[in-house]
Amino acid sequence: MVALTTALRDTGIDAADGTPADALDGQVPACVARPTSTEQVAAVLREASARDAVTVVRGKGTKQTLGGVCPATDLLIDTSAMDRLIEHQPGDLIVRVEAGMPLAALQEHVRASGQRLGLDEPVPGGTVGGALATNTSGAHRLQLGTARDLLIGVTVVLADGTVARSGGKVVKNVAGYDLGKLLVGSYGTLAVITEATFRLHPVPDTGRWVSATVRTDALEPLLARLCDSQLAPAALEIDWQPHGSATIALLLEGTTDGVAGRVEAATAEFAMPTTVDVDLDWPWSRPRATDDPGTLLKLTCRLGAVAEIATAAVELGLHLRGSAGTGVLYAAAPADASAASIAGMLQLLRPLTARSGGAAVVVTAPLAIRHDVDVWGPVSGLPIMRRLKEQFDPGRLLAPGRFVGGI
Amino acid sequence: MTDPKAPIAAVTAQLRSVLASGAIVDDPTQLATYDCDGLLHYRVTPALVVLARTADDVQHAVRACAEHGVPFVARGSGTGLSGGALPHADGVLIVMSGFREIRSVSARDQRAVVDPGVINLDVSTRTRPEGYYFAPDPSSQQVCSIGGNVAENSGGAHCLKYGFTATHVVAAEVVLPDGERTTLGGVAPDAPGYDVLGAFVGSEGTLGVATEVTVRLTRTPAAVQTFLAGFADTDSAGAAVSAIIGAGIVPAAIEMMDALAIEAAEAAVACNYPEGAGAVLVVELDGPEHEVQTELRESEAHCRTAGAFEIRIAADDEERQAIWRGRKSAFAAVGRISPDYIVQDGVIPRTALPEVLRAMTVLARERGVRVANVFHAGDGNLHPLVLFDERVPGQGDAAEETSGAILDLCLAHGGSITGEHGVGADKAKHMPKMFTDADLDTMQLVRCAFDPTGISNPGKVFPTPRLCGEVPGKRNAAHPVQDAGLGEVF
Ligand SMILES: Cc1cc2nc3c(=O)[nH]c(=O)nc-3n(C[C@H](O)[C@H](O)[C@H](O)COP(=O)(O)OP(=O)(O)OC[C@H]3O[C@@H](n4cnc5c(N)ncnc54)[C@H](O)[C@@H]3O)c2cc1C
Repeated sequence: MVALTTALRDTGIDAADGTPADALDGQVPACVARPTSTEQVAAVLREASARDAVTVVRGKGTKQTLGGVCPATDLLIDTSAMDRLIEHQPGDLIVRVEAGMPLAALQEHVRASGQRLGLDEPVPGGTVGGALATNTSGAHRLQLGTARDLLIGVTVVLADGTVARSGGKVVKNVAGYDLGKLLVGSYGTLAVITEATFRLHPVPDTGRWVSATVRTDALEPLLARLCDSQLAPAALEIDWQPHGSATIALLLEGTTDGVAGRVEAATAEFAMPTTVDVDLDWPWSRPRATDDPGTLLKLTCRLGAVAEIATAAVELGLHLRGSAGTGVLYAAAPADASAASIAGMLQLLRPLTARSGGAAVVVTAPLAIRHDVDVWGPVSGLPIMRRLKEQFDPGRLLAPGRFVGGI
Repeated sequence: MTDPKAPIAAVTAQLRSVLASGAIVDDPTQLATYDCDGLLHYRVTPALVVLARTADDVQHAVRACAEHGVPFVARGSGTGLSGGALPHADGVLIVMSGFREIRSVSARDQRAVVDPGVINLDVSTRTRPEGYYFAPDPSSQQVCSIGGNVAENSGGAHCLKYGFTATHVVAAEVVLPDGERTTLGGVAPDAPGYDVLGAFVGSEGTLGVATEVTVRLTRTPAAVQTFLAGFADTDSAGAAVSAIIGAGIVPAAIEMMDALAIEAAEAAVACNYPEGAGAVLVVELDGPEHEVQTELRESEAHCRTAGAFEIRIAADDEERQAIWRGRKSAFAAVGRISPDYIVQDGVIPRTALPEVLRAMTVLARERGVRVANVFHAGDGNLHPLVLFDERVPGQGDAAEETSGAILDLCLAHGGSITGEHGVGADKAKHMPKMFTDADLDTMQLVRCAFDPTGISNPGKVFPTPRLCGEVPGKRNAAHPVQDAGLGEVF
C-alpha cells in the first residue's frame, strides 16, 4: 500500500513505508504514519478507511504482543510525536496530555507539584495511550483504582476520522455517556485515543512495606486479616515462586508518624516475623522481568479465593505476583513452556477462576502460543461487545483479531 | 398502525397473561401518581405501570415493549432531579421499588449482591455491623435506590475521597432493550472485554434496566473527625478549601454553605451554625487514627489562617450528625425561606470557585432573584438554589434564566452541566453547549448498539436521537481477517 504512504505525505503528514523494526507479530506494516495532532490522526484515518486499511496504533511499542494476533497490518499509527503535556492544574489536581506522552514523563512532570497519577507501570517505557488501551495497572490499584477511575476525559478518533470527546477536565461530571470507560482496555479496537485527562493524587510523605514469608496454610487467614484491617493500605501484594514460600507485602503510605504507627499495627496483624523496607527487593509493580519473553497469564478472582487460586497457579509451576488485596494476579510460565502446556494450564485455571467470579487470560506470550491458544477465554456479554464494535468500527479496520471473541 | 393506543393495548394484554394481577396498573387515577420524579415541574402520565418484583417481571415487560415498539422507562424511587424517570405518555413505566431484597453479603469478598430497588442506605445499615459500608452517599440516600444510583452514577459528599457509584459497582445483570438478559462486569475486577458496565453506569436508563447489582463494600475507617468552620464570606471559606487540598490532604468530605443556605437550614432544622457566618465549611476526615488527628490539626489551622472565626469539632457521633443535619437538609430547607426554588447542579474547576460565586451573585441580582449555595467544595460541584416566587409575574422566567446562565458560567470555566443529578429530560437541551454534534453522535453509537430502535427511556440525555440505520460505507465483502481465517463474522 505504497499509495497510502504517498497520499499521507501529500497532505503533509510524516509517513514512511514500514520497516522490519515496525513488524507486528512478524509482519511488516505497509505504511507507518507519525501524526502530530488529533487533526492529523483524523486525516490519516480518513485516508486509511477510504482504502480499507487495517490499522494498528503504536505508542512506544512496549505492549504490541498483548492480546490476540493481528492479521497483516496496512497502517501503523505511531503516536510518539504526540507527546505534549497540554495542561496541568495543580490546584485542581488534573492533568491533560497527548496520548503519545510517556507515562513516566507525565509522572515526572506532576511530581514536581507533589502529585502523582495513580497508575503504576507494569511494562516500563510505555505511553499514556498504551496504558489506557491495555488497561495496565499495578500495586497501587488497591487504593487509587485503575485507569477507569482516574480518566476523566478523553479525545478519540473513530476509524472513519470522526473526532469525538467525552468527559471533560473536572473530576465530577455525569454529562453524557462515559466513552473513556469503553476505551480503557479496548486494545485499540474501538477508536484511536489522542488525548486524555486524568485526576491526580497528592504524593504521600512516606511509605513502608511490611512483608513476611508465609506458609501455604497460613496464607488465607493472613490475607483475610489484612483485607479486613483498618490499616488503609496502599497496596497488598503477593510474590510466590514455585517450590518456594509466598511473600506477602503490605504497603502503608501517609505521614511519617502515621506510617510508623501503622507499621507497628501491621506487624501485630501479621502475627509472624516481618521485615520493614522502604522498597522491596522484587519489582512489586511489575509482574515479571521486562525482558522475559515467556507467557504471562492474568488470573482474577474474588478476594476470598486469592489464596486458593495462587496455590493452584504455583502448583502448575507458575511464578505468581500481583495484587492480593484486589484479586488481580499475574502468573508467569517458564520461557520454554509449550503451547500445549499453556493450554493445559488454562484448562485448569479457567473453570477455577470462573467459579471464583473471575477469569484467566493470556496477557502476552510468544507468537506461536498466541496463535494456538485462545488468549481471552470465555467472555460474558460478548454479543453486546460485538454490537459496540460494529457501531464504532463497522469496517473492522482497527486492530482486528486482537480482542475478545476475535473482535 | 392507525390507532396510537393499539401497541400499548397489545403490551397490556400480553403482560396480563404473564404477570401477577397486582403488578399491572392501568387505572388513570393511579397512573397519575407516577407522573413525575424529584423534578416536579415536568409531568407526564404513563400509559401503563408495571410494578416489578423480579428480573423475570422486568424481562417480560421489556420484551413486550420491544415486540410492540413501545417505549419504556425504569423508575427506582423517583428522587431523580433531572426528570430521568419522567414517564412516556405512550409507554410503560417499570417501577422497581417493590424489587428490593439484599441477596447476599460477603465481608471477606467485600461485595454485596442487591436487587435494583434496594434503598442505598439499607446496604450500609446491613453491612456496618460487619465493619463495611457502601461508599456512595447521595443526600437522598435514605430513599433513593441502587438502580437509580447506577443509572445516574450518583455521588455524594464523600465521593471526593471515595469516588462515585461507577467505582463501587462491579457487576450488573441487565435486561437489554431487546429483552435479552446479560451480565456486565464481574465479582472480580477487570472482566475481559470492553468495560460495558462502565458505559452502562451513568447512562440514565437509556441502555436497559438493571435487575441485579453487585456492589463493592468499603471497610469502615478506624477514625472519623468532623468539624464545622464559620467564615465571614465564601471567599475566605474558598481559600481554606484551596489551602487544605493544596497541602495534600484528601478529606472524606468538604462541603460549603453560604449565608442564604445557612439561613434556610436554621429555619428548617435549627442546626445552630455559627452566628453571623457568611459561609460555613463542613470538613470530614477519615482513615487511620494518627493520620486523621494530624489532618484535623492541619485542616483546622488552614481554616483559621483563611479567617475562620469559629471552629467546632464534633466530639462524638451525635455531634457529627448535628453538623451534617444542616448540610443534608439544605435542599428542602430553602422551602422555608422561598416559596419556589430551582435546584441547579453544575461543576467548575475548584480553583475557579471565588470568581464563579461572585459572578453568580451578579447574575441573580440582575434578574431580581436570589441564589443560595450549598455544594461539594472539594470537587467544585455546585448546587446553586435559585429562589423565586412564582406568584410574582416574571419571576419564574427570571429564575429559569438565571439557572441556565449559571450553567453557561460553569462551561465558560471549563466545567460541566451536571456533576451528579444527570442530564435527564431537563438538561438534554444544554448538551450541545458542552459537546459537538460529533461528540454526541459518537456517544449515541453506544445507544445504537444497545437500543437501535430507541425505546429505552427515549427523549433523555440527548437533544436529538441518532438514527441507527446502516452505517454509510459499511463493508459487504469478506474482511481480511476472515480471509486469514482469524476472525469470525459478526
Ligand atoms: C433531596 C435530594 C437530595 C439529593 N442528593 C443527591 C446527591 O447528593 N447526590 C446525587 O448524586 N444525587 C442526589 N439526588 C438525586 C437522586 O436522589 C439520585 O439521582 C438517585 O440516584 C436517584 O435514585 P432513584 O432510585 O430515586 O431513581 P429515579 O429517580 O427513580 O430514576 C433515576 C434514573 O434512573 C433510571 N433508573 C432507575 N432504576 C433503574 C434501573 N434499575 N435500571 C436502569 N435505570 C434505572 C431512571 O430511568 C431514571 O433515568 C438527590 C435527590 C433529592 C430529592
